[in-house]
Amino acid sequence: MAIRRKLIAGMTGLLGFMLSGLVQAASELNMRPGVTETSIEVYELHMMVVWVMVAISVVVFGAMFYSFIFHRKSKHPTPATFSHSTKMEIVWTAIPVLILIYLTVPAVKLLIKMEDASNSDMSVQVTGSQWKWHYKYLENDIIEQEISFYSNLSTPREQYENYETSGAAENVNYLLEVDNHLVLPVDTKVRFLVTAEDVIHSWWVPELAVKKDAIPGFINETWTKVPTPGIYRGQCTELCGVNHGFMPVVVEVLSKPDFAKWLSGKAEEKRIADKTAAAAASQNWDMDKLMVLGKTVYDAKCAACHQVNGAGLPPVFPALKGSAIATTGPVEGHIDIVVNGKQGTAMAAYGAQLTDAEMAAVITYERNAWGNDTGDKVQPADIQAFKAGN
Amino acid sequence: MSDHHPTGITRWFYTTNHKDIGTMYLWFSFIMFLIGGAMAMIIRAELYQPGLQFVEPAFFNQMTTMHGLIMVFGAVMPSMVGLANWLIPMQIGAPDMALPRMNNWSFWILPFAFTLLLSSLFMEGGGPNFGWTFYAPLSTTYAPPSTDFFILGVHMMGISSIMGAINVIVTVFNMRAPGMTLMKMPLFVWTWLITAFLLIMVMPVLAGLVTMMLTDRHFGTAFFDAAGGGDPVMFQHIFWFFGHPEVYIMVLPAFGVVSEIIPAFSRKKLFGYSSMVYATASIALLSFIVWAHHMFAVGMPVAGELFFMIATMLIAVPTGVKVFNWVATMWQGSLTFETPMLFSIAFVILFTIGGFSGVMLAMAPVDFQYHDTYFVVAHFHYVLFPGAIFGTTAAVYYWFPKWTGKMYNEAVGKTHFWLSMIFVNLTFFPMHFSGLAGMPRRIPDYNMMFADFNMWASIGAFGLGFTQLFFFVTIIMAIRGGKKAEEKQWDGATGLEWDAMTTPAPYHSFSTPPKVD
Amino acid sequence: MTEQAQENKKLIKRLLAIVGGMFIFAFALIPLYNVFCDITGINGKTGGQALYQNVDIDKSRVVTVEFLININRGMPWKFESQVKMIDVHPGELNEVIFYAKNNSKFDIVGQSVPSVAPGEAALYLNKTECFCFDQQKLMAGEDIEMPMKFYIDADIPEDITRLTLSYQLFNITDSVNANNSASVATK
Repeated sequence: MAIRRKLIAGMTGLLGFMLSGLVQAASELNMRPGVTETSIEVYELHMMVVWVMVAISVVVFGAMFYSFIFHRKSKHPTPATFSHSTKMEIVWTAIPVLILIYLTVPAVKLLIKMEDASNSDMSVQVTGSQWKWHYKYLENDIIEQEISFYSNLSTPREQYENYETSGAAENVNYLLEVDNHLVLPVDTKVRFLVTAEDVIHSWWVPELAVKKDAIPGFINETWTKVPTPGIYRGQCTELCGVNHGFMPVVVEVLSKPDFAKWLSGKAEEKRIADKTAAAAASQNWDMDKLMVLGKTVYDAKCAACHQVNGAGLPPVFPALKGSAIATTGPVEGHIDIVVNGKQGTAMAAYGAQLTDAEMAAVITYERNAWGNDTGDKVQPADIQAFKAGN
Repeated sequence: MSDHHPTGITRWFYTTNHKDIGTMYLWFSFIMFLIGGAMAMIIRAELYQPGLQFVEPAFFNQMTTMHGLIMVFGAVMPSMVGLANWLIPMQIGAPDMALPRMNNWSFWILPFAFTLLLSSLFMEGGGPNFGWTFYAPLSTTYAPPSTDFFILGVHMMGISSIMGAINVIVTVFNMRAPGMTLMKMPLFVWTWLITAFLLIMVMPVLAGLVTMMLTDRHFGTAFFDAAGGGDPVMFQHIFWFFGHPEVYIMVLPAFGVVSEIIPAFSRKKLFGYSSMVYATASIALLSFIVWAHHMFAVGMPVAGELFFMIATMLIAVPTGVKVFNWVATMWQGSLTFETPMLFSIAFVILFTIGGFSGVMLAMAPVDFQYHDTYFVVAHFHYVLFPGAIFGTTAAVYYWFPKWTGKMYNEAVGKTHFWLSMIFVNLTFFPMHFSGLAGMPRRIPDYNMMFADFNMWASIGAFGLGFTQLFFFVTIIMAIRGGKKAEEKQWDGATGLEWDAMTTPAPYHSFSTPPKVD
Repeated sequence: MTEQAQENKKLIKRLLAIVGGMFIFAFALIPLYNVFCDITGINGKTGGQALYQNVDIDKSRVVTVEFLININRGMPWKFESQVKMIDVHPGELNEVIFYAKNNSKFDIVGQSVPSVAPGEAALYLNKTECFCFDQQKLMAGEDIEMPMKFYIDADIPEDITRLTLSYQLFNITDSVNANNSASVATK
């Protein structure tokens, strides 16, 4: 008998140990604590629930395994006849209620804290669209001039289409890298105003414990305050169409002096970009130059939906090869749809995402590639004129 | 005389016999299970390694969507209706369901509805690709043309479910044998009665919702379009008002099955029968006020988040009561571990694990880190596969001898069990970890930090897929060449179907109602 | 009809009533949801036109109202507020001018959709005049100044010191034309 008892104790202990081993904090099996006060509190609450669940499972499954061994027919041929015990029922209703209260109280406190975006030091509007993020820093004491840019996945298509042969396995940030990071200053309460342009997206950075859905037509508020400089990566977490898995979030947190430098760098960058665009726009481009730039832009920005061969995925992503828009239709209509996008479809407004030269080139490319051969040439100046309403 | 039945293929088209219809539902659901499972194989093949190896993202989204729709509406729900049809009349001493012809229509709508749904995969623009939860505006403005067929399919399937539920309620209320009071009914009948009420209340809401989708798409309304004054979030409220009771619809009958099988193989009455009834009813009532726990990240005000968090955590209480009652049934019993018992025990353990991740998900501040990740996928697969599906599997093994008069091979059954047990855990347990590590749902490709978990899940999935074929062979072998079953195969079994009926059950049973004391 | 069948029929009628009722409930959820949002102000939905009468001004408090503009795709308009933010006293009626210009060669009908963050603050924002109440038609090249008049309830909670009002501008020309041609067709 004593041996049996030791056996039970040993097995229950082993089971508990194995379960707890599985939820070791340090290993890659668990959620990361992250870097903000919020994320660490979330992690701690998570661990608390996990331990409570482990404890409950040890008791409940322990009782079951005990029965399997000691109440099996061969060992326990005469079954008991009880099927009722009001006392036990009360006990095992009351104890779970108490456990739940124990879990709920800290959860309520933490939730209220997490949803309080007031008294922030700066604000960034986050807009999700198919399939990229857009960030707009709102003007205030810290941000002198509004800054806005798109943030696109920068992992080359070659890597995800040919994972084995393209060296993608060496890319540690595969599918988690973008062309323009959301850069934020350290120790600053940043408020995010999250919205979307087309379907529902969701903005999530696990190490900041920030997740908020982006709803078209509505703004949602959330916030973070990051005490440690670093790069933090997340992904879109609401199915938003074909490239839902290909629109990551990258937040780069800099020290305050570095952030100030970045700000002035951004302003300078905009000045240079505007100058370059203006210069390019004033030139007359020949067909070869347009087609070369056009193909580069097309393959990078348009091929995801319209396909490299122009065939598209109709009817949601129309074909450009042989389509009226790119051949018989007026050039102006073609320019309109590229610059302004099309409401109610995944075709975004590229007027804000490409330079005039890039748009001129890609439209020229679309009108001449794949056998479209219209011979049309669109100049950057034409795009400029169109945007001005002439 | 009571065994005389029609022959030929038209028997199946015209039958109004609850046993025939139950058989058709079960076979239909199994075929759907294999089709939905094949889609899961495609998903897991693509996710076996990082990179896009087998399918394009557009097709992948169709697979995840259709896998969910087929499993929820084509496999789990019809399998439960199949069990209801076979068992409810026998367990209450009734000769058949109350509305036998409506019963036939309820079934035959389904092959049409699902042919329509599956054919949408071959239409221009592909099939539904917006997730089984089909949130607007992805499913309205930005959806492929086949969506209208999806809507029609949902309507048809909904009508089938509503008719089936009405049939169950009328049968249970009006056709019990004299002496069979409500509180003497087997728990399986109770859980189905409650499930039927859930069905008649929420399936019409789903019907209203997809109708609104249809008018948004084609008739100029803007229920879910901000530009027209609508609200995409309202879609989610209406959907989950249906969706949460729906998940209880899928699992309550399994609770009933397990509540029959565990007492039989413990040779001991079910512990706390009346608590089990009240707990099931509480779960059903509470299921109406927790829907927005699927929407914590949507931008709800704090007051709403707090309400739904607390209400959701409350559901753990009656669910816990049921688990404890099953454990107490086994305690001090006299247990044997035939295949039905193995599946039922696995149900209790693994459904409870799914319940643990459910409590974790209910806690809103932490849910922000789990929402729309593989942690959620792990949770619902635990409650659905080793939950609902193991429950149905246990039922099939348990009642097989009564239905067919033959016995399946116990060693083969046990093998099926152990294969299922190993592979279901190998497939879905790692998903807790990939979710905690940060892997979102519904993505065809991922960063290498998620690679190991995905590899194990895919290996498990391939094994789990193979195991279903094993199950199929087991059943066919038993039907064709199984040994003759005992009159009462399980010595611990109780109930009218075991004690007041011959084996196999006659084609027309209880033409005269049995006496119940 | 047998007694059993009669019993069944009674019950079936009741059950079908539940089914029908729940179907209607699904549609009723729309106005119910709107009423709920109106009363509680949650979800950031602002209400319809308000009146400014007998309103006390609380000069001791200042609330910052910030304006965000988003122009949706397919909408080649310039659309901006003349000020990016304004400090107001609760109860005080203020006016902010918005400017819109149709930069394209086509006549376009636009609709602005407002949304407020934090959501709870929407209850306290009252607009007496807003272009967002109506559709806005601009001919090709036309521009317009649109005033928006609002006041914030004096009983807005102390902890709300800033409100962000976002306008998303949508091109609804197609749906307006579809509705018009539909009504023409039925005449």
